[in-house]
Amino acid sequence: MTAFASEASELLLLLVVLTDFAVLGMSRLSACIRAIALQGLLLALLPLVLVPLSVHAVVLAVGVFLVKAIGLPWFLRWAIREAAIRREVEPLVGYMPSMAIGAAALGVAFAVAAQLPAGPQGGLLIPAALFTLILGLVVLITRTKAVTQVVGYLMLENGVYLFGLTQASRVPFLVEIGVLLDVFVGVFIMGIVVFHINREFDSMSSDNLAELRES
Amino acid sequence: MDGLLIPLIIGAPALGAAVAWALRTPRARGALLLALAGVHAVAVGALWTRPGAEAFGGWLAPDALGLIVLGLVSVLFAVVAQYAVSSWRDEAPRGGRAFVSCLLAFLAAASVVALSQHLALLWVGMESTTLAIAPLIYHRHDRRSLEAVWKYLVLSSVGIAFALLSIFLLATAQPSDVGVRPLMLADLVAAGTRLDPAWLRIAVVFALVGFGTKMGLAPLHAWKPDTYGEAPSLVAGLMSGVMTSCAFVGVARFTQIAVAAGLEGFIRPLLIAFGLISLVVAAAFILGQADVKRLLAYSSVEQMGLLALGLGVGGVGTYGSVLHLVNNALAKVLLFLVVGNLVLAAGSSVAADMRGMLRVRPASAVLLLAGLFAVTGAPPFGLFISEFAIISGALHEHHPWVAAATVGLLAIIFVGIAAMIVNIAYGEPAPSGEQVPRLSRERAALVVGPALLAGIVLLLGLHIPAALRDAVATAARSLGGGTP
Repeated sequence: MTAFASEASELLLLLVVLTDFAVLGMSRLSACIRAIALQGLLLALLPLVLVPLSVHAVVLAVGVFLVKAIGLPWFLRWAIREAAIRREVEPLVGYMPSMAIGAAALGVAFAVAAQLPAGPQGGLLIPAALFTLILGLVVLITRTKAVTQVVGYLMLENGVYLFGLTQASRVPFLVEIGVLLDVFVGVFIMGIVVFHINREFDSMSSDNLAELRES
Repeated sequence: MDGLLIPLIIGAPALGAAVAWALRTPRARGALLLALAGVHAVAVGALWTRPGAEAFGGWLAPDALGLIVLGLVSVLFAVVAQYAVSSWRDEAPRGGRAFVSCLLAFLAAASVVALSQHLALLWVGMESTTLAIAPLIYHRHDRRSLEAVWKYLVLSSVGIAFALLSIFLLATAQPSDVGVRPLMLADLVAAGTRLDPAWLRIAVVFALVGFGTKMGLAPLHAWKPDTYGEAPSLVAGLMSGVMTSCAFVGVARFTQIAVAAGLEGFIRPLLIAFGLISLVVAAAFILGQADVKRLLAYSSVEQMGLLALGLGVGGVGTYGSVLHLVNNALAKVLLFLVVGNLVLAAGSSVAADMRGMLRVRPASAVLLLAGLFAVTGAPPFGLFISEFAIISGALHEHHPWVAAATVGLLAIIFVGIAAMIVNIAYGEPAPSGEQVPRLSRERAALVVGPALLAGIVLLLGLHIPAALRDAVATAARSLGGGTP
């Protein structure tokens, strides 16, 4: 890897970490979705600098761009517009404590990455992947709006994708496209369900979904 | 011709899913569903006799475990398809087009999982089964089914994301020699102890959590009772019979690799722990359960626990585990279809509303009783033999306490399931008079499929055909187990 590529990838990864914090700290849903779209764009640029330039890398970048930076954010924006919701009302954990959890998670991500056996890639890639993964889980668990939970799931998938980039040259191209397609369809189905939840309950809070439990 | 079998097995239902979307009449879609289920079954039968076939440069090839699971997928799908088409005469499904398309897409995806020799391809298939079945769960579009599908989607998606992570971790553990094909099962097993043990350990943990969520092993089973409780019975049958078996393939592949890498001592205790926790959770929630479909969901948690336990103890236990995979899938689909008949008659899946079914629906009630004895591992049904093999495996491999705990928990579970099912069959019908059978009489078309499955499970208890016995033994050996 050239010095330029290495610096560019570190910068992109740093920005990915910042978008993670942005999703965690913002209460307006449209801002959350913008942050996750920006993250999608960053993830699309990463294979171009991390992997030696090839048709494979370019097609992967274009695919990720179309799905994660354009398609899914557009779809989520459609869902909140149709449902006329603006902000996450009452997250289970407030925004300031969330940021504290985020900071702690960053520490954990670096500590765990340092403990891992010497991997194929040094630098920020593995810590950033772990951090995105953990924050995705945090958003998924602590937010009550179904749409925000979908954003959390997307972050979780983005973390897995970042880890996958360490193996980009070894995971065959068709599989990557398959993975991308599955994520797309998965979020699409979730979006449809969110839409139905909203119509059925007049609010997209998954807290309403508490009818099924052991009596 | 041989080279075309695998593309046919996957391609025909995949194409059919698109065609079904375009067909206008329910009758045409039903005919397509039945025809493709038939084609699939014939092609899978042909593949059993020609095990050398492979496709896409070896990415898809039938090994012993794959053939067993593929055979299960095909038989169970054919039975469910026949049942589905027959039941639509009484109750047309909402969004019939999507229903048939999703069923066929599920069949294609499950076939990919069974035949995958490439682990990332296996993941793509697994995720596709998850997504294809989701719209089927909430086809009633009411609050309860929405809640069920949301829980299912969120929990399964997180699980499947962990499974993907485990596959990337596995790629990291694989040595990058020239000529080694990344993530191909055969190459991973051949590399054996040259796999990086540190990365492999992390991969195994994430794989067990990821595929374990899909199997519904406790404590990762939270989606299961809600989903099975709310989904249409035939969909719950497909999930508990076919989808969990596919997820087991994922766990088995990682077990195979870990055993080849000499990490038996690492993965076996984890599998045993998952197994025992599943049995305990199932026993706790089966006792006093009020809803028969939720009861079956916990019974599925129990059976998945037994599968993990059998893999974990090794030896004959592994043989028992693979055999149990077959028996459990057959028995679960049998039970869900029969319960579907009874729920239709009683208008509720709460056991208290379903009493006295032996009078209202005699054939279904008799099959329900047969299913009760089958699923609880009573002789002479097939599950008795496979559960016996798992327990004797635990004894032979020096886990006497595991064996004792398993026997005790199975006894509790038997009491719990029997109490409810005997009441459904024999109890006095509810006096309130609310029990108005929606159909005047039992229809043979809705009984023949479950009866066939009951027959197979009974047959497997009396005599295991040589071809199946050999396949189970080969699969068990590849997973580091022995044969009786």
